[in-house]
Amino acid sequence: MKNKIVLFILWISFLSTPFMGTKGALLLFPGLCLAYGAFVIIKRLSVHFRKIKLPEISVNKKAAYVLSIIILLALPLFLNDYYIDVIILAGIYIILALGLNVVLGFSGLLNLGFAAFYAVGAYSCALLTTRAGLGFWSALPLSVIITALSGLILAFPALRLRGDYLAIVTLGFGEIVRLILNNWDSLTKGPNGITGIPAPFIFGFKLNTLMHYYYLVLIFVIIAVFVVRRVYYSRTGRAWLAIREDETAAEAMGINNTNFKFLAFTFGAFWAGLAGALFAGKMRFVSPESFSFMESVLIACMVILGGLGSIPGVILGAFILIILPEMLREFQLYRMLALGAGLVLMMVFRPGGLIKNR
Amino acid sequence: MFFQQVINGLTVGGVYALIALGYTMVYGILELINFAHGEIYMIGAYLGIIFLGVFTTLGLTEYSLTLSLLLTFIFSVFFCSAYGFTIEKLAYKPLRNAPRLSPLISAIGVSIFLQNYVMLTQGATDKVFPHILETHRIEFFNATMTTLQVFIIITSLLLMGLLHIFVMKTKTGKAMRAVAQDKVMASLLGINIDRIISVTFIIGSGLAAVAGLMVAMYYGLVNYSIGYIVGIKAFAAAVLGGIGSIPGAILGGFVLGIIESLGASFLSSEYKDAYAFVVLIIILLIRPKGLLGKS
Repeated sequence: MKNKIVLFILWISFLSTPFMGTKGALLLFPGLCLAYGAFVIIKRLSVHFRKIKLPEISVNKKAAYVLSIIILLALPLFLNDYYIDVIILAGIYIILALGLNVVLGFSGLLNLGFAAFYAVGAYSCALLTTRAGLGFWSALPLSVIITALSGLILAFPALRLRGDYLAIVTLGFGEIVRLILNNWDSLTKGPNGITGIPAPFIFGFKLNTLMHYYYLVLIFVIIAVFVVRRVYYSRTGRAWLAIREDETAAEAMGINNTNFKFLAFTFGAFWAGLAGALFAGKMRFVSPESFSFMESVLIACMVILGGLGSIPGVILGAFILIILPEMLREFQLYRMLALGAGLVLMMVFRPGGLIKNR
Repeated sequence: MFFQQVINGLTVGGVYALIALGYTMVYGILELINFAHGEIYMIGAYLGIIFLGVFTTLGLTEYSLTLSLLLTFIFSVFFCSAYGFTIEKLAYKPLRNAPRLSPLISAIGVSIFLQNYVMLTQGATDKVFPHILETHRIEFFNATMTTLQVFIIITSLLLMGLLHIFVMKTKTGKAMRAVAQDKVMASLLGINIDRIISVTFIIGSGLAAVAGLMVAMYYGLVNYSIGYIVGIKAFAAAVLGGIGSIPGAILGGFVLGIIESLGASFLSSEYKDAYAFVVLIIILLIRPKGLLGKS
């Protein structure tokens, strides 16, 4: 076994020689050996830690909710602008990931072009406010509706397909939307993006500091979590789960698969539209590069990392994938590398995600 | 103009077809979209530049250009095959019995990893393929064709022919077809499935390496991000022809290449990358099994 590991590390070093040069490859060998050693040590230690029993704490659920909301409300008073900014972004991504969770986690429809809906929401909001002269609050529901409708439109071709084909078609849809945003200069101003999106007002009170946005996004996150949770435990949610587990059986139980899939796509896109509009309102600037394929992958990663179908898991996943890269700014170059490797390791060692959904 | 675009389309189509073969073979056997396949193609292009650079410093290119090009091809194919083999062992084999979603996510992970690995080691800027080949222009009718284009079309056709013979005539090829039909039955009949899957990955990656090298020679520029879009297009080609079918992948590659170059010149070049997806969606709606797919 140990010989095999050493041989394997040698093989990897050999493979990377053309790219890293002989020096790099020679350094890679001890590096990988050390990493393997660390892995073994951590694994041994984790066995010891598992034997330690933590005292059971009974938590009053209601008290816990109230406490966490108080903490969330008070949080921006203690943080500087940079952290608030990051947390706002995380909040927007939580809404997005919740939306994808409806499609991917509940109904099991792999959508690899989810950033397209995000883009539709953001661009609708941007265009409605800058071109049509609407205020943020009238543009927001309109752009959410437009996005939900675009979800419905994509569902038409997508519903006849299963599994991998669906993934590829949604990926294609995402790419087509990005290309349109990039090339339809007269409407979207191409790669330059749209600037000058006005800040939202509430009763004549301009929301232009980060703290205001924090509360705005927080309210929407709470609404999203609440609504998605209620839908999950409703008949609709059950029907989605049934479709995810076995389409034929679901059909046999009298569930209309097509209708529920339409609903999943539209409902998922709805949240993406909300997140997009919030993003446009916060950044006051949108450009096609915010909605690339990598963005779709990132959102999918949040859902998968946290645990497919689990709402707390998805929130955790979105938080980790937004906060962690910010904390590791110095290693910025390596973060995508780590994300790729992390996805593979995750699938191999813990395919259910961090918080498994039963 | 029309004829010229068809020739350009055939050149690009040959490349798409070579990559599509890798997709279709893996899909036929594992039912997995190997997202990392496009990255293997990109690695092939990079390896071509790296090895040719090494041979230039060694003085081999001055001694004999043909020999050094041949060696570049051999080395790139070897390394790419090794990459394909290793990726399969590391990222797909442990997930053989997992739900369908897991290997797909793992494939996306590998793809992201390889892209960034190449970007970190080779830099984010475009790399230039050394301009050492002299290309002659051949004029006929009212179109021109460079010798490089002839070379690309002939090489891809030749490799496809070889692959066809391999899959149809040899014992390993027959075993591959058996595994694609029914994995359990094939293993009961004494076929080593792991070995066959490895062979599939090795051959597919080798073909992608050749495609990458030829594209590097054709366009002269390579970037770490070229793999993703070409990979998706090649997959579209595989679906177009009927996934799992080798002649289908070849046909799909050529058809897609021609559609793309005609579309770029007669419709709009800005939406060049979108044609593949539009064609893909239309095909999946009208004929989900593809042009040559079995129903």
